[in-house]
Amino acid sequence: MMAVTMVKPPTPSATSEHQSARTAVGPVKIDVQSLNFYYGAKRALEDISLHIYPNIVTAFIGPSGCGKSTFIRTLNRMNDVIPGTRVEGKVLIEDADIYASGLDVVKLRRRVGMVFQKSNPFPKSIFENVAYGLRINRMAKSRSELAGRVEESLKQAALWTEVKDRLQESALALSGGQQQRLCIARALAIEPDILLMDEPASALDPIATQRIEELVYNLKRLYTVIIVTHNMQQAARVSDYTAFFWLGKLVEYDRTDKIFTAPSEKLTEDYITGRFG
Amino acid sequence: MEQAVRHFQEELEALKSRLLEMGGLAEERVRASVEGLVARDHALIDTVLTGDEPINRLHIDIDNRCFRLLALYQPMATDLRAIVAAVKINSDLERVGDLAVNIAEAAVRYLGHAPVKQLIDIPRMGTIAQTMLRDALDSFVKRDTEMARSVLNCDDELDALKTQVFRELLTYMLQNVETIEPALDLILVSRHLERIGDHATNVAEDVIFMVSAQDVRHHPPATP
Repeated sequence: MMAVTMVKPPTPSATSEHQSARTAVGPVKIDVQSLNFYYGAKRALEDISLHIYPNIVTAFIGPSGCGKSTFIRTLNRMNDVIPGTRVEGKVLIEDADIYASGLDVVKLRRRVGMVFQKSNPFPKSIFENVAYGLRINRMAKSRSELAGRVEESLKQAALWTEVKDRLQESALALSGGQQQRLCIARALAIEPDILLMDEPASALDPIATQRIEELVYNLKRLYTVIIVTHNMQQAARVSDYTAFFWLGKLVEYDRTDKIFTAPSEKLTEDYITGRFG
Repeated sequence: MEQAVRHFQEELEALKSRLLEMGGLAEERVRASVEGLVARDHALIDTVLTGDEPINRLHIDIDNRCFRLLALYQPMATDLRAIVAAVKINSDLERVGDLAVNIAEAAVRYLGHAPVKQLIDIPRMGTIAQTMLRDALDSFVKRDTEMARSVLNCDDELDALKTQVFRELLTYMLQNVETIEPALDLILVSRHLERIGDHATNVAEDVIFMVSAQDVRHHPPATP
């Protein structure tokens, strides 16, 4: 493995080396320590250790099957619902282990929101899609507060101006790009502080993709954003830090401009220059 | 669409303003070196000899910005031409800064001798070279190909003055061997100024390419 600068003294096992982006300063939002993940007997993630920093965009790239989606799903325990899976190691969010026994997974997922590759709005109105999470979490005391929070979330997702006059229409009538931004608004409504995005633009046309990318770029002011993408150019455009995964291993993790101009690892270089993958 | 690439455009604007800053510094150093020579002002010449650092820093910073923009945004068409132009203009401006140092060095040697003659054509050359630089950079900012073409036309004037300076100084050297050393330094200064004009011309050609995708190098435009 490569030499990396430690941001803070890590506590991983002797076999792993902590990957901290070299130039990063400031606090660590998510501290992953010697994480292994198994689908039955198959190890899908091998000894992953890294620090993710707050209020920036971190991208995970790598070829299909490299473990990037599996990894992002370990950060809000979305893999728990898959039978036969097993996790070893630790994931600390602001120093609290999310795999600790007795942890409330519903609370965790409220705090670590997620947007998926395929937009999945509820078959309800645009308004209800965003209001739903607010209602079940009792986050609005009055109708006007609810409406205000829905509006705010739609604004943050850069969708408000397009839907403000048709909030009661079905969400399914929106275009694919709008549906995806609605799902982002829905995720933002319950005030997470981390937003996970698993290929959020891969099913969209170039214009809708650009809107999502610009949105991602702007969301980091308020959220810690982690994005999985097949599209290396997308990672280059929107992210501040990039992690490259290969065969379940974290090969390199550094500032995005460093990864895309002078990666330290030959494997990273070969992947981003299209020599394999 | 425009809004969607806003942060790329912001970085491109930042790149342009760095180039302008560098152009301003280069132009100022040309002015100081020539004025120091003409006014026999050692202190002014010294500022040129010792003040290369800001230009060198910008040279590296601008290259890094271009490199980063190319790697992260894969710009196309006008954006791609703008960044390629910026890389080349950056090199030209850095060379202008170096040539100003060369002029200052020649000035130091020249001032160690009695004046060969009253300097008339060299300050004229200095003014033309500075104007060419300024106009080339203005045309870059305004994306004005007409202005860029006018810079190309000034180059001939500068070349003619260099030839005139050489011929005139040759007569001094033939008459009085004492003048050979200082006169050679003046000839060098005129050559450096002519080279500065060439770099300004390169900048103007890059501007034309950036704006209209037209390559005018090695095809001098017809004199109006």
